[in-house]
Amino acid sequence: MKKTELQDELASIRRIMERSSKFISLSGLSGILAGVYALAGAGVVVYAQPWLLHPEAVSSLQVEGMAGGWGSAPSGLVLQLVWIALIVLVAAVATALFLSNRQAKRKGQPMWGLVSRALLYHLAVPLLTGGVLILIMLLYHHYAIVPAASLIFYGLALFSAGNFTFADIKYLGLCELLLGLIAAYFPGYGLLFWILGFGVLHIIYGARIYLKYDR
Amino acid sequence: MKIPFDKLDKAFENRVRLQIMSVLVANEHYDFNSLKDLLQVTDGNLASHLKGLEREEYILVNKRFSGRKTNTSYEATSKGKLAFKGHLDALAQLISEQRKA
Repeated sequence: MKKTELQDELASIRRIMERSSKFISLSGLSGILAGVYALAGAGVVVYAQPWLLHPEAVSSLQVEGMAGGWGSAPSGLVLQLVWIALIVLVAAVATALFLSNRQAKRKGQPMWGLVSRALLYHLAVPLLTGGVLILIMLLYHHYAIVPAASLIFYGLALFSAGNFTFADIKYLGLCELLLGLIAAYFPGYGLLFWILGFGVLHIIYGARIYLKYDR
Repeated sequence: MKIPFDKLDKAFENRVRLQIMSVLVANEHYDFNSLKDLLQVTDGNLASHLKGLEREEYILVNKRFSGRKTNTSYEATSKGKLAFKGHLDALAQLISEQRKA
């Protein structure tokens, strides 16, 4: 065996080990676009209801909700915010699936295989837990803590999913976690923390992944 | 200096076997079809190499049924992991000694 042959052998082992245990077809571009959608959603909210940026807004929403009683339907404005957030979420997920599918074809990795299933599973458990908790908090009109909780559970989801894809995702999760904890300390500024966490951080990390792995 | 070719494991002389072992060391278990997709080999080829590794007791075979179809998954035994590590060490040693020469 020659030296180059040996090195080929080692390189092929390393490549196979990585491809078999990590979803390397995650698209950076979809991260950037998710951030852009989040900023667009936030832009619509701020344009229509600029007073929501005021730290007192959350307590007035809460008082209004409490007047209806525990477990009553959230006010029309809160429901509108939930709708906008859902539209942003669906658009981001659809873009991620579409672009990652294209990337998977290019890299010859199956889109729906053992690894992507593990990735999805570890993403879904913290995310669904957080989603249900937030729904319960909305029913009880605890609006102040919702932005922090969404960032924290999203961070946990990324952190656990990071084991099955690029390590960068783990760090993004840690950043979202940290931001969520800070947001919990400053309850009136939820919208600003959402813009930072779902908008700005996504764009930074999406660009990082794109530059590092997509090309 | 004597080059330690004899330390290379004969069971891993074939590239497909080495690749199978790489996957099973990096993951707790892996099923037949995912392995086939990943390595881009034919059913028969993969099956015969898996059989070879099983004979060496380097891998463990778990046959299960999901509905009517068999779902066979494989995992590396501790003996297999040790042999794989020894083989990699020998490869690394060969490279470093050829670099010196």
